[in-house]
Amino acid sequence: MKKAIASIAFGLLTAGLITTGASAQATLGSVKQKGYLTCGSNTGLAGFGLPDAQGNWTGLDVEFCRAIAAAIFDDPTKVRFIPLAAKDRFTALQSGEVDVLSRNSTVTMSRDTQLGLDFPAVNYYDGQGFMVRKKLGVSSAKELNGASICTQQGTTTELNLADYFRANNMKYEVVAFATSDETFKAYDAGRCDAFTTDASGLYAERLRASNPDDHIVLPEIISKEPLGPAVRHGDNQWADIVRWTFNAMLDAEELGVTKANVDQMKSSDNPEIKRLLGTEGKFGEAIGLTNDWAVRIIKHIGNYGESFERNVGEGSKLKIKRGQNALWTKGGLQYGLPIR
Amino acid sequence: MTTAVDMRHYVRSDKIEASPPPTLSRGPLAWMRENLFSSPLNALLTLAVLYLLYVIIPPVVRFLFLDAVWTGTDRAACREDMVGHPVGACWAFVVEKINFFTYGSYPAPERWRVNIFFLLLAIGVGWLLWLRAPRRDLGAVYFFWVFPIASYILLTGGNADFGLGFWIKFAVVGLVLIGLLAGAASLLGTSIRTALIAAAAIVAAVGVTLAFIDWDFGLLPVPTSLWGGILVTLLVATVGIVFSLPFGILLALGRRSKLPILRLASVIFIEFVRGVPLITVLIMANTMLPLFLPPDTGVDRLVRPLVGTAIFASAYMAEVVRGGLQAMPKGQYEGAMSLGLNYPQMMVFIILPQALRIVIPGIVNTFIGLFKDTSLVSVVGIFDLIRAIESSRIDPNWAAPTISYTGYAFAALFYFIFCWGMSRYSIGVERRLAAGQTR
Repeated sequence: MKKAIASIAFGLLTAGLITTGASAQATLGSVKQKGYLTCGSNTGLAGFGLPDAQGNWTGLDVEFCRAIAAAIFDDPTKVRFIPLAAKDRFTALQSGEVDVLSRNSTVTMSRDTQLGLDFPAVNYYDGQGFMVRKKLGVSSAKELNGASICTQQGTTTELNLADYFRANNMKYEVVAFATSDETFKAYDAGRCDAFTTDASGLYAERLRASNPDDHIVLPEIISKEPLGPAVRHGDNQWADIVRWTFNAMLDAEELGVTKANVDQMKSSDNPEIKRLLGTEGKFGEAIGLTNDWAVRIIKHIGNYGESFERNVGEGSKLKIKRGQNALWTKGGLQYGLPIR
Repeated sequence: MTTAVDMRHYVRSDKIEASPPPTLSRGPLAWMRENLFSSPLNALLTLAVLYLLYVIIPPVVRFLFLDAVWTGTDRAACREDMVGHPVGACWAFVVEKINFFTYGSYPAPERWRVNIFFLLLAIGVGWLLWLRAPRRDLGAVYFFWVFPIASYILLTGGNADFGLGFWIKFAVVGLVLIGLLAGAASLLGTSIRTALIAAAAIVAAVGVTLAFIDWDFGLLPVPTSLWGGILVTLLVATVGIVFSLPFGILLALGRRSKLPILRLASVIFIEFVRGVPLITVLIMANTMLPLFLPPDTGVDRLVRPLVGTAIFASAYMAEVVRGGLQAMPKGQYEGAMSLGLNYPQMMVFIILPQALRIVIPGIVNTFIGLFKDTSLVSVVGIFDLIRAIESSRIDPNWAAPTISYTGYAFAALFYFIFCWGMSRYSIGVERRLAAGQTR
């Protein structure tokens, strides 16, 4: 996630203006009373939050909001999406305009501690990567010594790039452009050897190249961009709902519970599955929902893996590999906290 | 002494066939020599312009028409590497997305309501702008009263559900208002009956309006967060245009008024609003305003930029109108007063008709500027046409090198058609109103 310095300054300013924020202690109550969840979404990011030709919102972040709605109302359509630009997103959350912000926002300490926000989960581990032409014969970013690299001006991407090359004692030539469109166009036209932006963005941009198959994404990730949903600080019950909605999706994947088999799985003897699906224990009631909350999520949305594949993975046009977002059992970072 | 010459032999009885003029003073060659190559400098400029046209036009035509892709269902149709020949504009993309560009996320089964809104808008605009249309007074009533109510009910679903308490309050306020007007009339010694009728008419009009909004027509409610595309663009532009002219005139009159407080208030309003960029007003309205309001009492997210653009356009309009008012010679004011007209009569019958005619180009200029400024609402996350195109062009299903250009070409075409239409209409009105001034 690229964060313009100005947007942070703006966020800090507004955080200073409001002392307590709209400390709606009972977000769950107000959501139930309204009858729908308001979700701050991206104004348009392929695979994460994007309206389709019929105007329906799709994407990984969007489905996470639908999962929360499914857990509360047993109806994933009871969400209103408010598209938010990068500079508006945190104020919209602070002011109570949205109940949850699911908009590929990087979790950082300053955002967590100074903006009055909480980040209950990380639903996508992103990071800056490189794309090069296949015919360059490069298979690692370490081999990019002396390369010219196209990047967008004034972003953290440019700074990360400088750090990485200095740390590895390599030379490079930066070719910077004002917009991401221009940057990619220049790379596609052969102005530079490599193109760099967040890895999720690399796959989306590659589709726009004149010959997508001529380009590969290098395996190195040179920055940490953990993206996750945000809620207002101070409403712990609401943060719990968001946190455990995500963990339920992860646990379901780990335990092999899918959209298709969730009903059979209810009769499973595995105690972990029993606790997840609410046939044992009262975990749903503990967060203010019904005990079949996880069943609702999985039945309407599916587990994390299904959502990932459908929106950004092999089932989508983007074809992003699971990589860091694979389950911990498969060498990734996604680790579903135990429900017990 | 006479010369014995027989005149009949000298004077031709039939006319000589006129010989054609020299080729260099008539015909296309002469026209070119006179208009294009009259001097070395002009010849040079002509050649430069011709060269520029040669450089620009063929590629544009090739991109927009000859190489364009007209049909297709996804990106494969618009990619050079898949279709095997150069690909220009991908109109198939616009065709596929046209519903999203028009309605945004408005629920598909309810889109007939938006279509009726477009139709009602077209009828209203046509009725008011077509100078020979029948009953244009009714047209004004339609456009400024019936049409807004109908649009509100159609687009949102109506059924505001005020409740009984609201109607009791309304009845009390209405009766008090009627009583006050009647009292004022009796104090001033004017006809109480007229005052009663006027007050009752106002209360009835407001009451009917509110009753329609309150009534449940059985339409599915559609929150404004789902509105988008051309619908929002036209809505913002219409509200801005409809509100800016009357408010602008009032502000201009206020600024020229002799009443000090009124004048000061108008000056402060105009200068303050003109002094800040529109984008600041919009960000203030959509980002900052909710911070100061208690939660759950926020004004709708679409209404805020609507009010912002209307206020903004009014301030600009006020200065345009003031220009017209100041161009009026003092004699016009004095003539009106010498006829015994009071201030409203003088303004409505003498000054404003002349002043507004002078500033028609300025007014239309402001309208066109406003129409294009509506695209700024996309910055605060409202899905107008520009935002809809922005989010469609990154759709992975349509990822191809020319998609962005196609989207922007469509936007340019849309804005050009509307702005050019406004401009042509204003030229027509100017000609008609200037009939008495032609020399």
